[in-house]
Amino acid sequence: MSVVVAAEAAKHCDPNTSHVFSGCGFPAPSINDFYFTPLFKVGSIGFGKPGLLVVLSTIIVVVFFWFAFHSPKLVPRGIQNVGEMGILFVRDQILRPQLGKGGDKWLAFLVSLFFFIWINNIFGIIPILYFPAMAKYGYPVALAGMVWCIYMFLGMKHQGVFGYFKNMSVPSGAPWWILPLLVPIELFSNILVRPFTLSVRLFANMLAGHVLLLVFTLATWYLLSLSIGALFAATSFVLVILLTGLEVLIQALQAFIFTILTATYISGAYEPAH
Amino acid sequence: MQHLVHLHHLLYVATGARHALTAVAAAGPGSSSGSPVWYHIINLGALTYGLAAIGPGVGIGLIFGRTIESIARQPEAAGRVTGLMWIGFALTESLALIGIAVPFFIK
Repeated sequence: MSVVVAAEAAKHCDPNTSHVFSGCGFPAPSINDFYFTPLFKVGSIGFGKPGLLVVLSTIIVVVFFWFAFHSPKLVPRGIQNVGEMGILFVRDQILRPQLGKGGDKWLAFLVSLFFFIWINNIFGIIPILYFPAMAKYGYPVALAGMVWCIYMFLGMKHQGVFGYFKNMSVPSGAPWWILPLLVPIELFSNILVRPFTLSVRLFANMLAGHVLLLVFTLATWYLLSLSIGALFAATSFVLVILLTGLEVLIQALQAFIFTILTATYISGAYEPAH
Repeated sequence: MQHLVHLHHLLYVATGARHALTAVAAAGPGSSSGSPVWYHIINLGALTYGLAAIGPGVGIGLIFGRTIESIARQPEAAGRVTGLMWIGFALTESLALIGIAVPFFIK
């Protein structure tokens, strides 16, 4: 160990900026791997890799659905089949169980939400891109803020401002003496904790997944050599492959959970929970 | 031997022991002065989050397990049961997610 430490001390390695080629020991992934220098600037807004990926995913979703449905046929062929599969999945697995047939007007919103999040998550394992934009907290916050505005507005519209807060904070059947304890907790949980967990769930899963892949990818490179080290590197590489498979699952699951919770919150705004 | 050293180093850094390495380097190998090395190796934040994740882990397991059980008993109630399941899942997992966020607020 003293060899490595001596080499590290001799080079004055900064642990925050150490790079895989710098020879500064194992470059452990850190939060710094999530900050990119802006590639170009429009006015005072810098566009880095995450911002470009979000724009790219928007273009992909819009172009895909435009090509699938710009001239819909009664008997679908080719890309329209794929598009219909996607829409029917969101309608039958997410929208209908939560909102019923009357909620079909939310289909466009939920489909775009699901595919936008899913495509952004998938970027985490696509070569060259290799970054899930949802691992930057700003993007999930924007999405959860949008969902929060929608269900608060809907709730006040359909149950009345006073009725909405009353239904939200006083569960039916609760005895009166528990209310002083229950009302603040329910208000806190419904107004603050809901959007917070909705965004952090997506953000934390994508961040942790990206760090997990980074750890083993960097270890594969770091341990690689022409002796017994190749064995360690190979083990690490196998883990990268397996974890990539796990990530595919988690990415789809997080997009699904975000969308289904959005549908649940919207349905809760239409009618008070019993 | 060099590679075993590398692997050792890797494990050290992966457990958040970068400070331990620099501390050992500053004090010289084999030195026993200063804080014990384990103090630097165990990242208390990570350890505490591990403990905090036990409860939500058990809770989420219970929620999904009971949902599967009830759907197996009464398949026609599946729609209503899964709707409630997602609400319970969101509430239970919020504890684990607050655990993730706390280190960002409290230094």
